[in-house]
Amino acid sequence: MFYDIIAIWQKYSYVFVEGVKWTVFLTVITVFFGTILGVLIAFMKMSRVKILNAITALYIEIIRGAPMLLQLYFFWLWLPKAMPFSMSERDCIIVALIINSSAYIAEIIRAGIQAVDKGQTEAAKSLGIRNSYMMRYVILPQAIKNILPAIGNQFIFMLKNTSLASTFFIGELMTSWRTVQTATYKPIPALIIVGIIYVGMTWTLTILLGIFERRLAASD
Amino acid sequence: MTDVLLKVENLKKNFGGLQVLKGIDQKVRMGEVVSVIGPSGSGKSTFLRCLNLLETPTSGKIWFEGQEITAKGVNIDLHRQKMGMVFQHFNVFPNMTVLQNITLAPILEKKIPKAQAEQKAMDLLKSVGMEDKRNEYPRRLSGGQKQRLAIVRALAMEPKVILFDEPTSALDPEMVKGVLNVIKDLASQGMTIVIVTHEMGFAREVSDRVLFMVDGVIAEEGTPAEIFENPQHERTKEFLSQVL
Repeated sequence: MFYDIIAIWQKYSYVFVEGVKWTVFLTVITVFFGTILGVLIAFMKMSRVKILNAITALYIEIIRGAPMLLQLYFFWLWLPKAMPFSMSERDCIIVALIINSSAYIAEIIRAGIQAVDKGQTEAAKSLGIRNSYMMRYVILPQAIKNILPAIGNQFIFMLKNTSLASTFFIGELMTSWRTVQTATYKPIPALIIVGIIYVGMTWTLTILLGIFERRLAASD
Repeated sequence: MTDVLLKVENLKKNFGGLQVLKGIDQKVRMGEVVSVIGPSGSGKSTFLRCLNLLETPTSGKIWFEGQEITAKGVNIDLHRQKMGMVFQHFNVFPNMTVLQNITLAPILEKKIPKAQAEQKAMDLLKSVGMEDKRNEYPRRLSGGQKQRLAIVRALAMEPKVILFDEPTSALDPEMVKGVLNVIKDLASQGMTIVIVTHEMGFAREVSDRVLFMVDGVIAEEGTPAEIFENPQHERTKEFLSQVL
């Protein structure tokens, strides 16, 4: 087994490296655009307009309630038909991943903002500071300390969950495993290699996040 | 009377099914120091918080400087800029230095140039003995210092009245005196003050008028001498016998 692992790594390392690149790319792009979309959704959910609350609440409930794999299938099947321009399978999966993470990130942002002590809002109001300034100068700088670590966790979560995209063979790390095992007929050593890479990436991120969180806490 | 700064008419406030204020009529004159005392749960804080509409009254009207602020379409921010408020838990902004805490609202809302706002903030800090703390963050301040900062922050807007909501209740005993002295100074300089307090000695010494609240109404009001030495209402006597 051990020698199989070494041998497969020596021969196919470029396939795994390619997979890692795509996994990292998918995760970064998903969390980045998911955050932009998530901010929008969070503010819609907190707005005073009832219809916006209802729509965004439904959006969040559906996306958090339905399995991610189901959502990937849905967008993979539906988007090419629904869009006037052509979309590759990978594009469809990227859209699905962004939409999925936007719902989780919207909740992270909303919770982060609402966790800021109510007294802060009252103090700002009592000074006659208008709402937009209050958000910008008082609430958001404090909320960001709650939000950033949670988005870091979301990043780790997405890094693992992009593996579901291998169902559609779109080239991330789990797809690399499928490629290698087809070529070698040795699924288990290849799987162990992929597992080591995933755990190595999430460990590294967890450690970095821990350092970052301690820094944030120190500036409190 | 032309020197009425705040006028409250038949103010009522419900929280869900609970009626916390059951119809309050009051006038606060310019330069007056009004203490609100009474047992907890009597509606003192809610009354105070209605004055700058941090709580929206269920019914009733409030006038500030002759303008009805409970009317529709009023920009309450503009009125709040002239009504300072100091809270039990200080509510200073932890993400800003002492100086930034004080100058934020004047710079943003009164468009005062930064240098001028900081000069004024320094003068105010000196008056409460905190000029050396100007670049500290609130986490490095004691409770008493935080509360003095909160008072200075309110003063920087040059308010016509300051509302104090139990300003010493969350302080360690040795910090209380310093904060009360700052409030006393303000009173002696002619600032209009409405203060909810459990410090009976302070209420007695500094107030022009004392309101005794119980069960959402003002049961009795009068000068400190009238309330503390010769209370008329049963509930006032009972309350004072417990706290004095």
